[in-house]
Amino acid sequence: MALKAPGRRARREDARAGWLFTLPVIAVLGLFLLVPVLMALWVSFSDWTGRGSPLAPGVGFVGFDNYAAITSGGGLAERNFGIALRNNAWYVLLVVPLQTGLSLLLAVLVNRAVLRGRGLFRTAFYFPSVTSSVAITVLWLFLFSTSGAVNQVLGWIGLNGPNWFNDPRGIVHVALGGGNGPAFLTGSDFLGVTWWDWLSGPSVAMSALVLMAVFTTSGTFMLLFLAALQNIGPELDEAGRMDGATAWQRFWRITLPQLRPALFTVLTLGLIGCWQVFDQIYTGTQGGPGKTTVTPAYLSYEAAFTDQAWGQGAAISFVLFAIIVVFTVFQRWALRERDTSKRVARRLAKEARA
Amino acid sequence: MSSRRRTALAAGSAAVAAALALAGCGGQGFDDSGNDDAEGLTSSDDALTILYGASGEAETQAIEAALAAWSEESGIEATAVAATNMDQELSQGFAAGSPPDLFYLAPEKLAGYAANGSLEPYGDLLANKDDFYPGLVQNFTLDGEFYCAPKDSSTLALVINTDLWAEAGLTDADIPTTWDQLDAAAAALTSGDTVGLAFGAEYQRVGAFMAGAGGRLVSEDGTTAVADSAENTEALEYVKGHLEDGTFAYAADLGAGWGGEAFGKGLAAMTIEGNWITGGLSADFPDVDYKVVEMPAGPAGQGTLQFTNCWGMAADSPNQEAALDLVEYLTSADQQLAFSEAFGPMPSVQSAADTWSTDNPELAAFLAGADYATGVPTAAGSAEVIADFNAQLESLAAGDPAQILATVQGNLEAVVG
Repeated sequence: MALKAPGRRARREDARAGWLFTLPVIAVLGLFLLVPVLMALWVSFSDWTGRGSPLAPGVGFVGFDNYAAITSGGGLAERNFGIALRNNAWYVLLVVPLQTGLSLLLAVLVNRAVLRGRGLFRTAFYFPSVTSSVAITVLWLFLFSTSGAVNQVLGWIGLNGPNWFNDPRGIVHVALGGGNGPAFLTGSDFLGVTWWDWLSGPSVAMSALVLMAVFTTSGTFMLLFLAALQNIGPELDEAGRMDGATAWQRFWRITLPQLRPALFTVLTLGLIGCWQVFDQIYTGTQGGPGKTTVTPAYLSYEAAFTDQAWGQGAAISFVLFAIIVVFTVFQRWALRERDTSKRVARRLAKEARA
Repeated sequence: MSSRRRTALAAGSAAVAAALALAGCGGQGFDDSGNDDAEGLTSSDDALTILYGASGEAETQAIEAALAAWSEESGIEATAVAATNMDQELSQGFAAGSPPDLFYLAPEKLAGYAANGSLEPYGDLLANKDDFYPGLVQNFTLDGEFYCAPKDSSTLALVINTDLWAEAGLTDADIPTTWDQLDAAAAALTSGDTVGLAFGAEYQRVGAFMAGAGGRLVSEDGTTAVADSAENTEALEYVKGHLEDGTFAYAADLGAGWGGEAFGKGLAAMTIEGNWITGGLSADFPDVDYKVVEMPAGPAGQGTLQFTNCWGMAADSPNQEAALDLVEYLTSADQQLAFSEAFGPMPSVQSAADTWSTDNPELAAFLAGADYATGVPTAAGSAEVIADFNAQLESLAAGDPAQILATVQGNLEAVVG
């Protein structure tokens, strides 16, 4: 009992020292992250026009006006936001599964002990990830130009490649042979974009960007999967082998479930990165052709800096933030550790009775 | 527990204090109370900063030389800063309360910056204000107030590759002056990998046909949207028809970045571009021989588009009197002719027209266009509408002109008037 008092004081001193050591980071993060975010949040509810400080006395509170402008009212702002969401949703829908699948495949391949020159392959697959996205975008613009390498190769097998970065047609529409959609899809709309246009698929130009995202990010995520794979001991795999499981069954039933934390990380990072895509658009297509590569992140920038609609730009970024949070929470729920022990326990109990 | 909460509170109040401090910094821009009065320009010994978007090395050198000459004359230091992203750098300057004193300003950006009070309207104070082309002044007049001095002008004209022209068996007598003759020439020039006429898929080129048909996007007084007129529909139908029959093409569809590139590479025998094309061709395609003629007349007579920028002046500039003096210097006939010689823009003042035409006989078609040219819409938000229009023009060949124009009309009505 007598020892307790100095112990508590020591703990308090520890806590104080701890705060002292973290203070620089708190100050830096607060000043450069928290305060700007809060100011942006304020801008999204204000009529700030871009001159002087948004916290100056002349700036008024307008409630949800900026959010209303981008989600209702039938104006151009609403349609632009609808188009940006459409484009980005298709981008996410394609990039996230493709990059996760490819990176897992690559990780499994380079994890195999028998593979010769493993280091070389690991470096090669990781290389696009460490290259600047601007450099890769420029490379992509060349590869996918009308007379670029991709179309040349397609030409060898008798295909007439599209004019990639200038082709605004949605690939689903192209696959359906063009033409106008059925009236029940073209007749009504959501966020100023008809249902037929929501279903257009990514444009040919966006598809090229999808390929680029898969190409550049698979290496990074391969590394995450690789680290997770190397943490898995061989015992379970050997046990499965003893029980006569095939390699395919061992991968799906034994290896993959153990990769769940890595899978969650990869999916979450992929999802966030995909919803925030900006630099490829800014350096590559500027939203063209036909606005089919505009994303909410790019639209937010355009609305603020080009059109001086600062409130709407900030509102777009907070809607984007909400979308990302919702998706991440959903994913966390979908990939949660399911309580299998009960089922297993029941089965074991049944077997014991038998 | 309680100590942790106290510390969190302390951190929170530090953040609030930091926010207030930030507000204090940015708020200074509002203290220059003299700015609201158009007559009362600020005056000080401060050096001037000029933000410009350079088309190339030639423009940079010409501007720096002009500033150096003015500084020597006036005794006030002036620094030119080349913008890498004009919109962003200007916006940052206005938000921070420390914008450049003078800057290039596009007409479609004027309304936005004027609305938030970032601009100092100084047009009526210019000693040479009556010398500017009235059509150009119109671009920079908002609610009857002449905001800023047009720094140059450009118009669109038809540029013809003379070698391909002769190869197709065409002579000077075939130079098109009407749309029908343009059809014939484009058809004759289209062969193999070369199309007759190529231009960018944007209102800023296609609009020349709309002007020829007698159409506009916004009425002359700038108060009503008139995009869905029969004239505009006729013009787009005309362009669509030729995109379909292959005698016209968009530069991007030929794999070129702009009309000048398609033209220089011989992918197109004719293009529609402004006077900046001369610089581009001499730099990248010095071997191409070409000739500039006026846009062929449409059903409603001759028509083309005109572009210009002005010297915007910041309301927060501490030395506006010096800036005004500098603008007068930069827009004087002599200085504009020097700029023209260095990097190609046409002068914005009438007193320089004769000398310019004499000096550049081969480019006279560009200046001739200034007489009947239409400007682009300048209302706040119209830049966004035109961006949307351009996006739809990209798929004009497969689209419905009347429907495209109806969308533009709806969007324009929301921003005009």
